[in-house]
Amino acid sequence: MNADRPLLEVNALKKHFPIHGGLLGQVTAKVYAVDGVTFDIRRGETLSLVGESGCGKSTVGKAILRLFSLTEGEVYLDGERIDNMRAGKLRMMRKRVQVVFQDPFSSLNPRMRVRDILAEPLVNFGMVHGRRDLNEKVEALMDKVRLPRDAINRFPHEFSGGQRQRIGIARALAPGADLIICDEAVSALDVSVKAQIINLLADLQDELGLALLFISHDLATVEHLTHRVAVMYLGKIVELTDRRTLFAESHHPYTRALLSAVPVPDPTARRQRVILKGDVPSPINPPTGCRFHTRCPFVFDRCRVEEPLLRPVGDGHLSACHLNQVPGGQVLPTAA
Amino acid sequence: MSATAPGHVAGAPTLPAILPVPKQRGRIMGFVYRHPTIVIGGLLVGVMIFIAIFAPYLGTTDPTALAPAKRTREPSAIYWFGTDMLGRDVYSRVMYGSRVSLLVGFSVAFCASILGTLIGVVAGFIRSVDAVVMRIMDGLMSIPSILLAIALMALTRASVQNVIVAITIAEFPRVSRLVRGLVLSLREQPYVEAAIASGTRVPVIIWKHILPNTLAALMVQATFICASAMITEATLSFIGAGTPPIVPSWGNIMAEGRALWQVKPYIVFFPAIFLSVTVLAVNLLGDGLRDALDPRLAKRL
Repeated sequence: MNADRPLLEVNALKKHFPIHGGLLGQVTAKVYAVDGVTFDIRRGETLSLVGESGCGKSTVGKAILRLFSLTEGEVYLDGERIDNMRAGKLRMMRKRVQVVFQDPFSSLNPRMRVRDILAEPLVNFGMVHGRRDLNEKVEALMDKVRLPRDAINRFPHEFSGGQRQRIGIARALAPGADLIICDEAVSALDVSVKAQIINLLADLQDELGLALLFISHDLATVEHLTHRVAVMYLGKIVELTDRRTLFAESHHPYTRALLSAVPVPDPTARRQRVILKGDVPSPINPPTGCRFHTRCPFVFDRCRVEEPLLRPVGDGHLSACHLNQVPGGQVLPTAA
Repeated sequence: MSATAPGHVAGAPTLPAILPVPKQRGRIMGFVYRHPTIVIGGLLVGVMIFIAIFAPYLGTTDPTALAPAKRTREPSAIYWFGTDMLGRDVYSRVMYGSRVSLLVGFSVAFCASILGTLIGVVAGFIRSVDAVVMRIMDGLMSIPSILLAIALMALTRASVQNVIVAITIAEFPRVSRLVRGLVLSLREQPYVEAAIASGTRVPVIIWKHILPNTLAALMVQATFICASAMITEATLSFIGAGTPPIVPSWGNIMAEGRALWQVKPYIVFFPAIFLSVTVLAVNLLGDGLRDALDPRLAKRL
């Protein structure tokens, strides 16, 4: 274990999905779902990956889980490279990275009892010895996610959405993972349940020292539990910084637009909203230069030809925008 | 709450009983009411199974016993369904004939489901196998199943086992296609991805996560295959390519009565009624199961 290295390092991750067409099913095009994403997560830290639908944030999560192989790039867990691991070793690695999915209805097998759902990872990783031990461990998991112990003999359809999401979290906790990827884990829940689940995740993080990769489209949710935020647009990270900096002084025009879209629970508040024009370009044929240039309110000639790199603009604050290089050209909070 | 509810304000009239009192139905009557097709189909299939099992005790005589002196008798108190051109009792032959139909129907449904599931799961999980195997299935499905069965029967000698094998080969590609489709959609389900992330091995995923969730669709498909296999068996027997003539099957009885159908229609009529009712019953059962298990399946089958 390297104490100085981050728990998870993702280096220039790319995932392109081929599109098969034509008579013989040859590759006719590619979806550039994730196109060079670099970040890291430290132990016990929450990193949020935000962006609108189709920007590739879920693909990043699934690539780290190795639900498919990467097109390019490297992923290190605790200094050990996991993106090219062989099947046998990979299976044991899975013990350390777990996932909670968005939809609490399709993420639990409708034909398995809660006990069997929670027992699955425990049995797979050889963590139980005998039936009594299994029962104890499953009950301990139910305690952790604040569900009644006697619910273990029920089927998923007997639970509400929030309760099901707790079962999903319990399953992710079962093997004692270091990192849990929450893929839109609270997006399908209503507001009060959402708050409960977020608080539960925060409590569990304190209790167990978990690192969380929190994938979400909702900045308002992210604000409550994250340490750092990475903003994605069309398969790339456009800005990465800690929570306070992001919400107070983000640099990237896209981040500003996202922030201005967060609803404020005050009907009298008058705000200047940044309304983006047009739709997200297709990831099959992304724009040249800066990917955001087709919708950016501050676009200038350089943006159309040269791709901006993710550069440091402050302490631990990365941003990919040409305006950062123009002296005094940064979009300051007051400008928005 | 109740103290402030409008109904309890002094002087206000109490609510009239506008809602009818819900009928108290027993569990069984409730099921009959909700799934009439399952009940009717199930009962009829049950009756047919009863007839097949207890054929010797239902006032039948030897269905193969010849009595040339008593040939082509009209239905009467002695010969309920009459006798055929060789003097055999049509009633006994029809009762015993249910054994062949049900045996062929159920065996084909079972074998085709097993074989189709096996191939469907393999094709759904291994892309390279999928491309080849599914083209073969397409090829098999492009031949009308009755023609395929006739061709296969022409290669072997007539027997009930060979009929079962021939119809199974003609029917299983449909199952494999259904199962492959289900596997392809089920393996994308988040609970399967979660199982992979939990370190579950592929065979266990298939056994615990994929197969149980294909069962509903598979059962429905199996009932339809059962019905279609019964018709195919009768057709094969009718054209002389099915069960050997010595075995009383509904198709055979009809084939033998065909020459006389204008003067002695009852020889064809009774086995035809039994075949129709049995096939209808199995189809009703399948329809009912489909609606009860998953209404969304209605579009897929």
